[in-house]
Amino acid sequence: MTAVLCRHFGLVHIEVAEDIASDTFLKASEHWAIHGVPDHPTAWLYTVARNKIKDYFKRKSVFENKVKDALTPNEIEIEKDLEFNNQIIADSQLAMIFAVSSPTNSIEAQISLALQILCGFSVEEIANAFLTNRETIKKRLQRARNNLRNDNFQINGLTETDIKTRLDTVLKTLYLLFNEGYFSRTNSQLIRKELCSEALRLTLVLTESQLTNTPQVNALLALMCFQSSRLDARTGVNGEAILFDKQDKSLWDKTLIDRGNYYLVNACNGKEISKYHLEAGIAYWHTTPIKDNKWENILQLYNRLILIAYSPITALNRVFAFSKVYGNETAITEVEKLTLLESNYYHELLGYLYSSIDINTAIQHYTKAINLTQSKIEQKTLKQEIGRLLEIKK
Amino acid sequence: MFNLKFKTVKEFALIFRLKDISDFKPSPEQMQERMNWLAGIASQNKLADKGNTLLPFAANARTIQSNNVITDGAYTEIKEFISGYIVVKADTIDEAVEMAKANPIFDQVGGSIEVREVLQRD
Repeated sequence: MTAVLCRHFGLVHIEVAEDIASDTFLKASEHWAIHGVPDHPTAWLYTVARNKIKDYFKRKSVFENKVKDALTPNEIEIEKDLEFNNQIIADSQLAMIFAVSSPTNSIEAQISLALQILCGFSVEEIANAFLTNRETIKKRLQRARNNLRNDNFQINGLTETDIKTRLDTVLKTLYLLFNEGYFSRTNSQLIRKELCSEALRLTLVLTESQLTNTPQVNALLALMCFQSSRLDARTGVNGEAILFDKQDKSLWDKTLIDRGNYYLVNACNGKEISKYHLEAGIAYWHTTPIKDNKWENILQLYNRLILIAYSPITALNRVFAFSKVYGNETAITEVEKLTLLESNYYHELLGYLYSSIDINTAIQHYTKAINLTQSKIEQKTLKQEIGRLLEIKK
Repeated sequence: MFNLKFKTVKEFALIFRLKDISDFKPSPEQMQERMNWLAGIASQNKLADKGNTLLPFAANARTIQSNNVITDGAYTEIKEFISGYIVVKADTIDEAVEMAKANPIFDQVGGSIEVREVLQRD
């Protein structure tokens, strides 16, 4: 709703739009509790919102005419009625994604804004997702909003060129939003799922518009579908991470895997192979049983991915695949070349690879990983693993 | 102007030469090994430029001499022909040499790799 209102008002009035949106929902919760949910809830909400907007501008013009004694014509046409149909809603959300993905803001700020404006998260919820306090998030959002205002990005006049030049940033924001959920530092499974499904929903919006239904967008969506299919399987009852090998595959969501396949096929309509294509390809192979050169294929995709997008995590994941093809011993030499001594994942991987070769060295690496990670859950998982190794040693 | 002072990491071009045109088309396994080697360098964040493979066949290569004589094919006066290049980041030329030594072509088909420091312009 905020997105639709902003489309009407312009981003300058984002606070007003948000106030009106939340007032409207407040009114709805009071009204519906007594009178029941109306036949057309969306229409009902927007009628209330429309009236509130009229009230707001009436008050505003009284204030401006009397107090400021200015005859500046109102830039916003109140008469031009707000239209709310599904088409406009989708377009408005699309426009807002492009607005919040402003390169003037840091990536964290972009994600925070997306969560607040597009996903309706409270400051509290965003703070939880980022494992930080309300104040930090409040300040971050404030700064980001100021930047957006100065940016003077016109939601209504979104041209094809705007869309094309910003699409990369938009995809990055959505990708990070998803990862924030998928690899979240928060223990709450609920928040994680919500972040992932919001990112998925927004990416889906992109596929619904011809302008943005590009191979890259489809590749990203495929990636999100494949990853989401494992959300339930990769977390245990106590929130601990369950490694891929040990996941109960019956918990994988087949419907999402099918959707992933569908979008991956769509993604292959063009010539370009983006990092989303490669990552989606890797995620696809993960959903297949171990045969048909599964790990060889995964390794080849990682080889290509690391050439276009280096990151320490990709480097480590690549060696993991390498170990599946060439064995632990050869892989250890490959890992040690990476010298990511400050990374807990680096030591975790070495611990894992050494556990079948040299238990003492494995334990040393796991211990280093425990000291380096902030995550309580991870520490617990690693301690269990050390315990298991000590049992074997006896 | 001032970036040179802070630049401690150097860049080196690794220029690949093969002995015979028939060595140019690797088998899938050989290709996989070469990719592993390249990705291994990228994994250390030491790949500055993934470079290019240069087609050596008569249709894809010409050599122009100073007397305006043009010949088809790659330059083979020194017998070996250039098959491609990459650019790596390394602190010293010895480090770059170590990377080159691990290249699978030596076991596969032979050939040579020339390591050349890239001139950093300010």
